[in-house]
Amino acid sequence: MSETSTAAQPSPPAEPTPREPRDRGGLLAYLIGHQSGVVIVVALVISLLVGAALIRYQGVNPAYAYETLLREALVTDGALTRTLQKTAPLVLTGLAVVLPLRVGLFNIGGQGQLVTGAVIGAWVAYVAGGLGFVGALLGMVVGVALGAVVGWVVGVLKAYRGVHEVISTIMLNYIIAGISFWLAVGPLAAAGNSGIAQTELIPEAARLDAVAGVPVAFVIAALLAVVCWWVLSRTTLGFRFNTVGANRGAARYAGIPLNRIVILAMAAGGGLAGLAGALEAEGTLHRFQPAIAGSLGFDGITIALLARANPLATLPAALLVGILRTGAAGLQFSTGIAPEIVDLLLAIILLMVSIPVLGTWLFRSRAAKVSVASTSWGS
Amino acid sequence: MGTWVQKNRTTVVLAVVVVVAAYVFYYAKNDIAPSMFGAAWDYAIPLVLAALVGVIGERSGVVNIGIEGQMLLAAFAGFFSAAATGSMVVGILAGIGTGLLAGGFLAWTTVRWRMDQIIAGVVLNIIATGITSFYLKSGEILPGVIPNLRVPLLADIPLLGEVFFSGRSWIASVAIVAAIGVHLMLFHTRWGLRTRAVGEYPSAADTAGINVERLRMINVTVAGSLAGLAGVYLSMDASSSFERDMTAGRGFLALAIMIMGAWRPLRAMAMAVFFGFVNAVASQLQQTGGFSVPPQLTGTLPYVAVLVVLAVAAGRVRPPGAVGQPYVKKDQ
Amino acid sequence: MSESTPEPLPPVAANDTAAQPAAGRSGLDGGTAGEVLLSIQGLSKSFGSVRANRDISLEVRRGEIVALLGENGAGKSTLVNQIFGLITPDSGTVSIQGDAAKIRDPKDAIARGIGMVHQHFQLVPVMTVAENMMLGHETTRGGGFLDLEAARSMVRELSAKHGLAVDPDAEVDDLPVGSQQRVEILKALSRKADLLILDEPTAVLTPQETDELLGVMKDLARSGTSIVFITHKLREVLAVADRVYVLRQGAVVGEVATAATDARRLATMMVGREVVLSIEKAPATPGEAVLEIEDLRVQDDRELVAVNGFSLTVRAGEIVGVAGVEGNGQRELVEALAGMRKVVSGRVTLGELDLTRANPHRTHHAGVGHIPEDREKHGLVGTYSIADNLVLNEFDQEPFARRGVRQFAAVRENAETLREEFDIRSSGVMQTAGSLSGGNKQKVVVAREMSFRPRLLMAAQPTRGVDVGSIEFIHRRIVEARDAGAAVLLVSAELDEILSLSDRIAVVHGGAVVAEMDAQDADRTEIGRLMAGDH
Repeated sequence: MSETSTAAQPSPPAEPTPREPRDRGGLLAYLIGHQSGVVIVVALVISLLVGAALIRYQGVNPAYAYETLLREALVTDGALTRTLQKTAPLVLTGLAVVLPLRVGLFNIGGQGQLVTGAVIGAWVAYVAGGLGFVGALLGMVVGVALGAVVGWVVGVLKAYRGVHEVISTIMLNYIIAGISFWLAVGPLAAAGNSGIAQTELIPEAARLDAVAGVPVAFVIAALLAVVCWWVLSRTTLGFRFNTVGANRGAARYAGIPLNRIVILAMAAGGGLAGLAGALEAEGTLHRFQPAIAGSLGFDGITIALLARANPLATLPAALLVGILRTGAAGLQFSTGIAPEIVDLLLAIILLMVSIPVLGTWLFRSRAAKVSVASTSWGS
Repeated sequence: MGTWVQKNRTTVVLAVVVVVAAYVFYYAKNDIAPSMFGAAWDYAIPLVLAALVGVIGERSGVVNIGIEGQMLLAAFAGFFSAAATGSMVVGILAGIGTGLLAGGFLAWTTVRWRMDQIIAGVVLNIIATGITSFYLKSGEILPGVIPNLRVPLLADIPLLGEVFFSGRSWIASVAIVAAIGVHLMLFHTRWGLRTRAVGEYPSAADTAGINVERLRMINVTVAGSLAGLAGVYLSMDASSSFERDMTAGRGFLALAIMIMGAWRPLRAMAMAVFFGFVNAVASQLQQTGGFSVPPQLTGTLPYVAVLVVLAVAAGRVRPPGAVGQPYVKKDQ
Repeated sequence: MSESTPEPLPPVAANDTAAQPAAGRSGLDGGTAGEVLLSIQGLSKSFGSVRANRDISLEVRRGEIVALLGENGAGKSTLVNQIFGLITPDSGTVSIQGDAAKIRDPKDAIARGIGMVHQHFQLVPVMTVAENMMLGHETTRGGGFLDLEAARSMVRELSAKHGLAVDPDAEVDDLPVGSQQRVEILKALSRKADLLILDEPTAVLTPQETDELLGVMKDLARSGTSIVFITHKLREVLAVADRVYVLRQGAVVGEVATAATDARRLATMMVGREVVLSIEKAPATPGEAVLEIEDLRVQDDRELVAVNGFSLTVRAGEIVGVAGVEGNGQRELVEALAGMRKVVSGRVTLGELDLTRANPHRTHHAGVGHIPEDREKHGLVGTYSIADNLVLNEFDQEPFARRGVRQFAAVRENAETLREEFDIRSSGVMQTAGSLSGGNKQKVVVAREMSFRPRLLMAAQPTRGVDVGSIEFIHRRIVEARDAGAAVLLVSAELDEILSLSDRIAVVHGGAVVAEMDAQDADRTEIGRLMAGDH
């Protein structure tokens, strides 16, 4: 026995009782935590009140304005279908932000990825229009693929060249806007009316319309939201995503290939946004026009933060945005308020859901001071 | 001085090559060169100002993704205040003041509330888009122009004088002065030493008795005024109108320029001029039409250039140590 | 806030100089000899439910060296951070020369003559020594520009006066830790500190550098500076301090003059019971070679050579301790062995497997358990549950996952077993790892890395920031792993830990092994000399 001195049986000092767990884990622990639901509701109420004040300032009765908006989005003939049609790409652009956010990347390039999917999807569906639904499907697949390629480029630049995704995605938005515009007036321009930037009309058989008032696009988007949720919370791939987002050092230590996950998350995000574009082209305009993207890509950011990076929650969040956007058109007709009121309303909502201080006021807890989500700049 | 040249040999050699090439081009192609250089600097002016906003913010440890929104709000406020009051001065002051407010917003959310800095910046951008697109009015016109400034003596230098010191408004001169001023302040004054310490290693600054949060708040807020001036330049000088999304990604270009300029004001100015030149070449290609490159594609050239240059350079420069991280005192 | 904890006023030694407040000492430069410089009354501070300081009272006189002794988590750092204005007390007063005004922030503390050398150096790495020295009280000349020349001459002057050599123009990043510490001390002195607080100043020093520092401290005290010295090393306390306050669980449990006590008594006071100064273990019965490292070269983050021709063999059933001052390539060595850092040249084999170019996934599945040096950064995901952390590198293996789908029941069952076996104190296995105490966090890591019975166990600083109870537990587990036939590579900056656990010791300096010896033949001074590069 190479003993030295004797040990009394250890009676370690009582350690302070650990606090009860507040969160369920994952990158955006606080964000997904139980409290956030209440925060969101309060944020929405405050936002609508601020919006009411602004509407009143425009000389319109806010109650009437909101009522009109809801009626135009939900009640009038075919309104619900239009709203769901509008919601479908929003769910997807929301998911396009959510997935990369889980690994700590902020994809603000949904706009460009969507345009990519839209222009290529529209063209493929037009060319393969004779195949009917298969043509539509082909358009979607190619839209996903090229959207994913755009995301992949961002991921590779981030993983191997240290280019921050916020900068590269914005640059790609402008680059893609230029290229798609060129395609729409040049190589892929519709014959006949030269001068208008648009591609050929997709044949009826290859369009994605509503079945019994429910747009096919919405069904696809909703299914994908569920799939994303399942993958993130139930699979080993989701565990990899979440671990990379929560602690890169630990992910590396655990043998998770960081670069591959980063690239995969960006490519998946890009693919979802690309699909949004293809669905939008096949389901609403039935062709590509540069204006097709509207603000769908940027609304995705609002939706993702509103949903606190939870894929399932993107459904109600996107529906809210879809209602506002659809209703706004009718709003202008009956009250004269410009549809851009929605941009303003969404900005207020985004501010309210993302400022951590709201959580502090509501719960007076220290944890609420933690930011709603974390991204990485320095690394 | 000698050691400085030795230490920065590549920079010096590169600078000499660029200057010589510029003069050769200037004298050889007298028909297009002056206008190209002019266009390059016109494009660079707001980028210089915006990049300085980024430099000041990141040197203090705060990422400013919201420069785009700060510029947009300032362009909006400047233009419409001037149109409404009939006074250019009021417009300019309103623009700068709006920049300050937007800077204050970012400072408050990121430093005081410790919101994720990137998300805060993106939120600021979306708010700016929301406000400016809803309250946008058409048919407004500016009551005047921002006067040109001809710098005595310097304006007579061939090429340099023509581009930088004459024929442009005083905002252009302010951009140059600001770049030099921020450089001197950052590396040679008390404020600069403290700012760099706060951005590199805030707890060292804290234990040396410096109020980290206050310095960050002040820096990010005050830097907003430069973004304000950049916005004023866009809507009241470079053009005389306000349009939706008229900043066109310049806030992000500025961040890329800041990175390529290694977080140093003068290098960032040089990079901004370089990007201006890329843009000028792009528009020259459109005008001459010698190549059959469609304008939609040449228009993307600056953005493509950013991606390429960043892909090569981003990994080689080191950002300030504490950038992006809120400083949490031991107490909290 | 200040609750009535039993006031354990210690038996004050008979020859306690501190007991005579007016007692004059001669030969001091300034101030009244023996006057009370710092007086703390009833100081308490809580963080959430953790009571870091409870009703602490103490006094420091001019020219006196007072040691604050206590194990990790006893509340020493919290206490001095309150003196320096970094933390605001919940209750109680801190008075400097009779002035009990609240110390609002470090600026205030500096103005009132308090200087502090932090455990983690508070220097801006990319700035020069002179710039760091002037930060916070800059001198400027014409037009508000910094007067760097003044700062340089101040550095030279102070450096000469106190015999602490540093180059004012060197960038801090390029300086060895010993020099960085000198800069820290000079920085504090340049602010004309009457009271110098040193927080664990010897943790990063070689025994020789430590002796030097202790000498400097004595010189400073002789010239009238009071020193508060935080440590958990008994030898240093006895060597340099006039008086000791012993802290345990946030409270002062004893105050003695060093002349009237000895190491064993101090240790007992510190831990609250008879302490284990060494662990009981049977002699090693080494088997075949498991880990063979040949002429390994690895770079650090700055792409400088950190591991430089390192060769070592670890056999089954033995613990090989790598002793060395931190920053001599140990971190890079362990990361390279774990597959987390690229190997420049050389060879690493585990039995018949070549692991030179392996990634962490492969290393793990080859049978390497790795207790990482920085558990917060690498070892744990703070927002994950204990259960998820316990499968962090096995989450995709049966039975924890089947065809890419996670099996939560198996994960949970595994966690319940390990929680029991490794005595992880928590409210349940779904509690987040981030909310655990340091010791329990480390137990989670240890449990995970031992649960799959590794062939090689690498333990880097396995007991850093861990309470004494957990230290003993972890040490016993490491020995048990050895007895079960694992090869154990122990890397630690705590020489005592190396000496008490290892069967064989390799001393590392400059990224290479400079000596190997049997633990029985090991001599502390000799190892210290080797660690310092004197070989």
